[in-house]
Amino acid sequence: MQTDNRQPAILVDPAQQIFKVARRNFTDPEIFKAEKELVFERSWLYLGHASELPKPGDFVSRTVAGRSILFTRDSKGTLRALLNTCPHRGAQVCRERKGNAKSFQCFYHGWVFGADGKLRSQPGEEAYAEGFKNRESSNMQAVPRFETYRDFCFISFDRNIVLLVDYLAGAKEYLDLICDQTDAGLSIIAGTQEYSIRANWKLLTENSIDGYHATTTHASYFDYLMNTTDGLATGMGGGGYGYDLDNGHAVLEYGAPWGRPVAQWIPAWGDSGKQEITRLYDNLVQRFGKERADRIACKNRNLFIFPNLVVNDIMALTVRTYFPMAADYMVISAWALGPNDETSWARKYRLNNFLEFLGPGGFATPDDAEALEHCQRGFNNAKEAQWNDISKGMGKERPAYNDELQMRAFWTRWNAMMFPAPVSSIKNVAA
Amino acid sequence: MRAIERSDVEDFLFHEADLLDQWRLPEWLELFTDDATYEVPCTDLPPDASADNNLFYIADDRFRLGERVKRLMKRTAHAEFPHSKTSRIVGNVRIRGRNEHTVDVSAVFQTFRTKDGTTDLYFGTSNYRLKVDDNRIRIGEKRCLLGGEGLRPHGRISIVL
Repeated sequence: MQTDNRQPAILVDPAQQIFKVARRNFTDPEIFKAEKELVFERSWLYLGHASELPKPGDFVSRTVAGRSILFTRDSKGTLRALLNTCPHRGAQVCRERKGNAKSFQCFYHGWVFGADGKLRSQPGEEAYAEGFKNRESSNMQAVPRFETYRDFCFISFDRNIVLLVDYLAGAKEYLDLICDQTDAGLSIIAGTQEYSIRANWKLLTENSIDGYHATTTHASYFDYLMNTTDGLATGMGGGGYGYDLDNGHAVLEYGAPWGRPVAQWIPAWGDSGKQEITRLYDNLVQRFGKERADRIACKNRNLFIFPNLVVNDIMALTVRTYFPMAADYMVISAWALGPNDETSWARKYRLNNFLEFLGPGGFATPDDAEALEHCQRGFNNAKEAQWNDISKGMGKERPAYNDELQMRAFWTRWNAMMFPAPVSSIKNVAA
Repeated sequence: MRAIERSDVEDFLFHEADLLDQWRLPEWLELFTDDATYEVPCTDLPPDASADNNLFYIADDRFRLGERVKRLMKRTAHAEFPHSKTSRIVGNVRIRGRNEHTVDVSAVFQTFRTKDGTTDLYFGTSNYRLKVDDNRIRIGEKRCLLGGEGLRPHGRISIVL
């Protein structure tokens, strides 16, 4: 598909510190259609976390980029990402959201598949050709590409996409920092926040790596923090920076006043909490030395993996992915991650922390949603008021966490995928 | 002292709904005991899941519930500024069990919320543990079990359910 490139989607002039994004990118149904093919079909997309399927036979069914996916651990323990459609006549084979099963039976005509997608049996087998069951086309089809990095499982519909580990580029270092919190592994905690925002999906990308909006959008949350922390003093020193991690990924890394279950104590956690946090911190120092331990324990990270995965290592550990359903509507799924060796005390405070700020019932996320929806409404004026400005911090050698470098990293990649530079003709090359 | 009847519970719950519809949140907060909890689990959890080891939408103790009320009364609670209009229907009220000083109650709720030209419906079942002292009813526990799958298309619980 060729997108309309008569008008630029972004306007960039580093010399004058100009970086503008066309508001049409958030509203135009043609852009929305093109994104499906040019961005979502050609990226690695988060499917789930290996800890969601601890035992052979465990499965979850999930929608990723409009596809119905059956994510399983087969009888040999191998993770599989299958297209959840019967090879016979197309019905969704698995209609449950999660569970454990030895096999999956399509209820339409009764074909039975293993958790590896292989056809086991079908009623009236004798009426089929000899060897029918051994044909590859008789099995449930696997997603074209499936790879994992430290238990984060991704799929891609692009057979020729680079290896996941290369795609992750600079984001790998930050996933490592998050995973290194514990040597016992991380698990998704039960309970999925499934919500939506009546706004374009790219607004959530921007919002998730926006360190600039917090003091105004979340003023009421910071009021609340004043009542639960020692006057916002803890961890505030040092500020932080934003980083372009290549391939459209970005991160902000900074100090903040809230408590971190790994491992920054706040007075509200009391003396027993202090002991536990000290134990966790000492353990990190032992494993990694003081410098890396401090970074793991006290720095916050809002990590964005292009195009639609956010891993927040803040007052809790969160995984969030989102998909556009229309130019002005997205659906979001969010989970909490926690170390497998966490005490029940720390688990409780982790979840308590999560709900304070995050999610549709938290003290902050509803205000983010409100901001995004009001941007979307503001874009109704896009024909006349055409441009967003994300130039903050452009002149700096090292942009701060509350500058807008992160967004520029996203948009630069998005623009390159949506509007690839025209290939020179052979004639030009020869000349 | 006579026993609490269903009609007493209904009067109480209708009064609660009315306070919420009128955004009289500080008065609504007084309906709760000092050790009260207010919880909304995620929709893929069992109804009796614990907030200590499962991710909820909301799991407030009395302190945080008070902070929630404070927040919602501010202009800077942007998602509810200006305040949305709500209309709550509480029905199918049943007394599920009782002890000397507590009554366990379930009721279904349907709450319409309108803001900026959009109307959303929240629905489900609320389970209450009511505490009764000198014929005064107060809420010790309130757990709202959302019907439906997730929070779509409304996307947020910026009001109190």
